[in-house]
Amino acid sequence: MLQAYEISPEEIERTKIYQEMGLSDQEFQAIERILGRLPNFTETGIFSVMWSEHCSYKTSKPLLKKFPTKAPHVLQGPGEGAGIIDIGDNQAVVFKIESHNHPSAVEPYQGAATGVGGIIRDVFSMGARPIALMNSLRFGNLTNERVKYLFSEVVNGIAGYGNCVGVPTVGGEVQFDESYEDNPLVNAMCIGLINHDEIQKGIASGIGNTVLYAGAPTGRDGIHGATFASDDLAEDSDKDRPAVQVGDPFMEKLLIEACLEVIHSDALVGMQDMGAAGLTSSASEMASKAGTGMEMDLDSVPQREQNMNAYELMLSESQERMLMVVKKGREQEIIDVFEKYGLQAVAVGQVVEEKFFRIKQHGEVQAEIPVDALAEEAPVYHMPSVEARYFQEFQSLETEIPYVENHADMLKRLLQQPTIASKEWVYDQYDSMVQTNTIVTPGSDAAVLRVKGTDKALAITTDCNSRYIYLDPETGGKIAVAEAARNLVCSGARPLGLTDGLNFGNPTNPEVFWQMEKSIEGMRAACTALGTPVISGNVSLYNQSKGKAIFPTPIVGMVGLHESVEHITPSHFQQAGDCIYVIGETKAEFAGSELQNITEGTYRGKAPAIDLEVEATRQQQLLEAIQRGLVSSAHDVAEGGLAVALAESVFNGKGLGIDVEVQGDRTVALFSETQSRFLVSVKPEHSVAFEELVTDAVPIGMVTEDDRLSLKASGTRVIEEKVEDLRKLWKGAIPCLLKSEA
Amino acid sequence: MKFAVIVFPGSNCDRDMYHAVKEVLGEEAELVWYENSNLADYDGILLPGGFSYGDYLRSGAVAATSTVIQQVVEHAAKGKPVLGVCNGFQVLTEAGLLPGALMRNEKLSFMCHQEDIVVDNNQTMFTTNYLQGEVVRFPIAHGEGNYFCDEETLANLKTNNQIVFTYKDNPNGSVANIAGIINKEGNVLGMMPHPERAVESLLGSDDGVKLFQSIIQNWREAYDVASV
Amino acid sequence: MRNVTVYITLKQGVLDPQGKAIQESLNSLGYDEVKDARVGKYLELQVEDGPNLEERVKVMCDKLLANPVIEDYRFDVEEAVRS
Repeated sequence: MLQAYEISPEEIERTKIYQEMGLSDQEFQAIERILGRLPNFTETGIFSVMWSEHCSYKTSKPLLKKFPTKAPHVLQGPGEGAGIIDIGDNQAVVFKIESHNHPSAVEPYQGAATGVGGIIRDVFSMGARPIALMNSLRFGNLTNERVKYLFSEVVNGIAGYGNCVGVPTVGGEVQFDESYEDNPLVNAMCIGLINHDEIQKGIASGIGNTVLYAGAPTGRDGIHGATFASDDLAEDSDKDRPAVQVGDPFMEKLLIEACLEVIHSDALVGMQDMGAAGLTSSASEMASKAGTGMEMDLDSVPQREQNMNAYELMLSESQERMLMVVKKGREQEIIDVFEKYGLQAVAVGQVVEEKFFRIKQHGEVQAEIPVDALAEEAPVYHMPSVEARYFQEFQSLETEIPYVENHADMLKRLLQQPTIASKEWVYDQYDSMVQTNTIVTPGSDAAVLRVKGTDKALAITTDCNSRYIYLDPETGGKIAVAEAARNLVCSGARPLGLTDGLNFGNPTNPEVFWQMEKSIEGMRAACTALGTPVISGNVSLYNQSKGKAIFPTPIVGMVGLHESVEHITPSHFQQAGDCIYVIGETKAEFAGSELQNITEGTYRGKAPAIDLEVEATRQQQLLEAIQRGLVSSAHDVAEGGLAVALAESVFNGKGLGIDVEVQGDRTVALFSETQSRFLVSVKPEHSVAFEELVTDAVPIGMVTEDDRLSLKASGTRVIEEKVEDLRKLWKGAIPCLLKSEA
Repeated sequence: MKFAVIVFPGSNCDRDMYHAVKEVLGEEAELVWYENSNLADYDGILLPGGFSYGDYLRSGAVAATSTVIQQVVEHAAKGKPVLGVCNGFQVLTEAGLLPGALMRNEKLSFMCHQEDIVVDNNQTMFTTNYLQGEVVRFPIAHGEGNYFCDEETLANLKTNNQIVFTYKDNPNGSVANIAGIINKEGNVLGMMPHPERAVESLLGSDDGVKLFQSIIQNWREAYDVASV
Repeated sequence: MRNVTVYITLKQGVLDPQGKAIQESLNSLGYDEVKDARVGKYLELQVEDGPNLEERVKVMCDKLLANPVIEDYRFDVEEAVRS
């Protein structure tokens, strides 16, 4: 396709080869206006990646502006490698989520592995030590052979990279739905810890300072990855394989140690990861942020392959590379640190006053572009938005209670639904404990990490129920944020802020754009109500194949703080004799539920309602009860409803059981997915104080020591099962599906 | 007692080992970069887990050829304690300080969770604080922890009482459920489970404390007391 | 310059779970004729010609490239084709 490096500017214009790179006719004309001439081949390539959605957010920018991003504890909002939040004692937590969906669809192992590598670099390029990884994954149904392959290999790739690099993978979630069959979602989140005075920024300031390239040499891998990620996944995308990068976690581990050593040197001015669009985006963004220009000589760039031209060098997405700006004359101090770790660090250019991005190779200028044209002046589109046709129809549907013949059998089926079933098969493959901070390991509502040398701990979760968002983007967007906060509060943490991984279909489709617009509107409202600003994020569009968009999936990665490790609260019941409460009333809400998935095989109707004020009040009350030491365990009521939450609460192998009685319609009481509900256990001596404090708490029974799950509805016994039997079904469901042949 | 935690490129449990010995046990410890190091000043050598040299070729193979390992061999020859955990165990077998080899887990995938480990020999300088047959909880985290040796070697290990730790429920296919072995001389221990991850009950288990206490107490009895 | 190709395989008698998994997958795809699969490593070395070349490669294999506890190896030495 793009072998015509030598072709002239005129020919680029005539043959419209720029379209193959993802530029529209209007965008090409804009480039011509900016330059005052036609761009050459290298320049066209540089514009095409910098103006891709991945780098410029050209269609999502007007929506992203709506998010609240400021708060007194936010030290760094969106715009840098990752966002930063103050946690006191001169410490701060750094985090970001990023998607690697398209590469993972084509080459799942490397796609997922390099996704992990990229997000880790975003965090340590800020000067923070990466302390944890999370990932949020979406696949099609596990009955499909290709889906099984994608699922296994993505997990393998995350494990292969994360385990080697020595950052624990402490949790995340996996959901399965047909809409992701050809377009899996792989969103990786990294959390780092930093001291306030060590924060680095990706800026190229100081005229005359040296631009240093460190890490792996550049090869031809991943050229046009950023553009690739901004296009529909074609049916023949297997042919795009060369565009997928290969990761080297060993190199990354060395790069982490070297970079965290050089941040202590005052010779370092700025540092940025070479991620999407490689050298082009890191260099031009660093200059643009500093209000400077940059000159680079590509002959100095370490190269893995022979005869690479300027276009290839500038667009390569080879992994494990960093770009630094270093004070002139002090390069050797920095180079020595990298050499200690066996890494190359070489001067490739310098910061210049004139705000131009100038690339030389073989003594000739190969590209000369005003810096701001690439980063700041990228086009912004206000796309047309049209309410999805299905929406009014869904809104007008009457609430129906699905017919359930045998509630015990239905509970068993629900526990075996891959979205609900145990994910042990996944997380057992991840080293979740390296760095010895992990207090709550994968499998709970939120992962919890202690902060060494303090009494504090951090809670982390990722969440997004895309079925609700599909049914009603605004309500679903609110729920996504609220549920993430709910998970943190259950663990005993106060939510601090979030990073968003926005995954949608093709934004040129007005109905898809409407989904984006509405879900972001809903998220914004919830962020404001719950006091959780958005500090970083990522947008992945064009997630569709065969012309059908995925369910809108804006993933929320949220971090919270335990002021004391004393507040850490398990999600499982702890002791026989404890009283069980549900906080919040239950209504008949089944649209988008796991029960609807089983009984109808599709999703329709009105998404569960959410009142953000009620949500905020309940979260505050529960958190206060936890902090006052009144709560033994807390778990949010989510997919599958109360019955599933109750069963999960005794799946910790302690041999405990439950004796519970619920009121009203048994199907509603057991399986409805009404929001803003919590399942809490409380020691009998604390029950009076707990009930006084938590106004919407309703006692439903107690924890028993007989390993039986006993459920009555309005006086009639509905479910009576051995906990161990249920646990086996829940635990074995995913391994069983992976083994069975279609 | 002064410990050296050897850091190879790609080691990633080095800080955890350091934290356990220095911060939790309160003993002297230093992180020692594999190049230009001098181990003469240290009493005990700790080879941490991780992926030295990316575990490329074979786990621990490249690290085993480094000059620092020659110093570890000399250190061991003097009867001083050497503990290799996970990747450290792999390095010790590759370097020939311990017999056998660690192969890919039987089920092929990496695994990370707490395991029940049986103390099969509490007569070593690493295990005197445990009871014989005591069952302890240590995390495992490895993709290549499947211990293999031929029948003759296994017979020797048994005869010489060199099997120190075994798995209660073998997770990885190891011969004779082996989780950790010691050399004939009794001062070089290699084990796949991570005692340094089990030194604080906040993180799920503190059963590893006794292992480090054993080393320190036995060393004090042998050296400190003599020097007074 | 010589091209040296080294083939490293697991010793007979050493369990090869990866090979077994591959054999089972091939069988499940309908290739019932596959009765065994063993997985090994293949290395290409470019080595400057010199005295005792074969002897030196053998030592390289013993010292680093193969682990004699679990692996066997063999190698071929060929004249490198100059480009």
